Amino acid sequence: MSKETLAFYEEPRIGVFVCDCGSNIAGHLDCSQVAEYAETLPHVVYVKENLYTCSESGIVEIQKGIKDHNLNRVVVASCSPRTHHPLFSSSCAEAGLNPYLFEMVNIRDQCSWVHMGKRDNATHKAKELVRMGVAKSAGLEPQEEIESSLIRKILVIGGGVAGMSAAQALAGMNLEVILVEKSSQYGGLLRQVNTLDTGEDALESVQALAGEISTQEHIKGYLSSEVRDVSGYIGNYDVRINTPDGEVADKVGCIVVATGAVSLIPEGLFEYDGKQVVSMMELEQQLKHNDLSAKRVVFIQCAGARNEQREYCSRICCMMAVKNAMLIKEKYPLTDVQVLYRDMQMYGTHKEQMLWNARGMGVRFHVYDPADPPRVAGGNVSFYQSVTNEEVSLETDLTVLSTPLVPRSDAGTIANMLRVPTDQNGFFLEAHAKLRPLDFAADGIFVCGSGRYPATSVEAKTQGIGVASRVAAILFKDKLVKSAIVAKIHPESCVGCMACLSMCPYEAISYNPELRVCEINEILCKGCGNCAATCPSHSAELKGYKAEQLLAQIGAL
Amino acid sequence: MTKDILVLGGGIAGIQSSLDLAEMGFKVYLVESLPSIGGKMAQLDKTFPTNDCAI
Repeated sequence: MSKETLAFYEEPRIGVFVCDCGSNIAGHLDCSQVAEYAETLPHVVYVKENLYTCSESGIVEIQKGIKDHNLNRVVVASCSPRTHHPLFSSSCAEAGLNPYLFEMVNIRDQCSWVHMGKRDNATHKAKELVRMGVAKSAGLEPQEEIESSLIRKILVIGGGVAGMSAAQALAGMNLEVILVEKSSQYGGLLRQVNTLDTGEDALESVQALAGEISTQEHIKGYLSSEVRDVSGYIGNYDVRINTPDGEVADKVGCIVVATGAVSLIPEGLFEYDGKQVVSMMELEQQLKHNDLSAKRVVFIQCAGARNEQREYCSRICCMMAVKNAMLIKEKYPLTDVQVLYRDMQMYGTHKEQMLWNARGMGVRFHVYDPADPPRVAGGNVSFYQSVTNEEVSLETDLTVLSTPLVPRSDAGTIANMLRVPTDQNGFFLEAHAKLRPLDFAADGIFVCGSGRYPATSVEAKTQGIGVASRVAAILFKDKLVKSAIVAKIHPESCVGCMACLSMCPYEAISYNPELRVCEINEILCKGCGNCAATCPSHSAELKGYKAEQLLAQIGAL
Repeated sequence: MTKDILVLGGGIAGIQSSLDLAEMGFKVYLVESLPSIGGKMAQLDKTFPTNDCAI
């Protein structure tokens, strides 16, 4: 028996660390009082208050406490376990304590934040929560982490600039890639674009990338193909792909979603007819084929965007309008070009300069009021100009509608197949807006490019390369090590009622007809505890959250 | 070829690259000119839209 396991059978020796979080917690409740109170709790042998428990010195305090006071349980009363549990539990492990003997109490979100201005109440509640945490901690058991094998191959869905960049970067790391593209050619949305903002030919740039992809020995590309089915889990996915030559089945370790977005077709907006009133993508084609005959061009920004139906900003349309306005001025200097806008999104050094250059070239910009949008009728665009407080009417030969990128119509199908979420607009939703922008909450599945949110070609490429790095961080390891906090079903008491099956959001439970019991796939299980709460015979339990541990916690209240 | 990596700058970009590279099994040297890592992000309190404590 290892030293770690032995600690469980010894009398609990609990250390409690109370975090001030600067003034974030200590500003709204009395942390010293909470710490003093913790000393009086059963099994608590050491208490320390820190300014920032998550700082290097705070971590050292925990590790020193474990060694000096022979602690076999650690409780940290601080912030959200979502962000800080991994840091504290791994710090305990470094000091030789089994990381599953660590318990966290959230006195920031649940006390100082929600009871701001009620210092006594917040302090009282923090004491109660600490007492509950300590009670649960005493009954915690050490756990062994779960290990499984990894297949060093990646499925990339979508062969636009994001998907191709991800595939190229992964192949460059000697990882095998399957690249699946629905259409008959690589390039995605950029194939419809004339030039990039750098002046480079868009089609040439994606064709160059596609050329590299097709000669790369580590990439197996499937054009005119679709992913039909995905099953399995991180490190071990089974995928089936419909190709023109029939179905292909393969095994991959990770999946990258790079399915992109499409430009909104402005049916019913601003008298759109595809002739005198066109979309930005249609203008791109006219410019590409040099068949622009209009002498007066008016752009209308945010056409079909930032309204009740689509609240988001598509972000790339301002840049495209300015780019095309300048292109028209360069090619046809006598053409009159006016841009009607709400706000110009020209972020960064290069794009802001573009805006100034466009003004210098004679492109005219007018603000319009979203409450009173421009009216298009028979070669005329009129709008209210608030600066001069007057109605302005512009004669025009061509009106260009800057429409937003919208999710592809099959984005929902892909989301269902992979069991990943989409946001209210239908774009794929990443695990965390700041901490995990390229990951899905489901392990082993990643997202890049405009399928996540409208991206410029540079951003799509950057995200594709970023995803490759996230994937490599998993697949460069010898094996997959996963949290031991998973559910377990006791076969001796399980009656095979299958109530847990429908409750599991991760499809981690299956029915074994031979033994007539339900069984958990530990790799798929994310430890949500739904099955444990549902099981009528209490056969399902969640490690680290067993009934007696939770009852001890509740009993302490 | 030496496979160790030097990352200059300990802001959020430098930290994330260092972490990902370390996960891949490389030895990373992260250099920051200030006494603590975190960069601009560490000077913020809560950050939109999740209201996480930036530090």
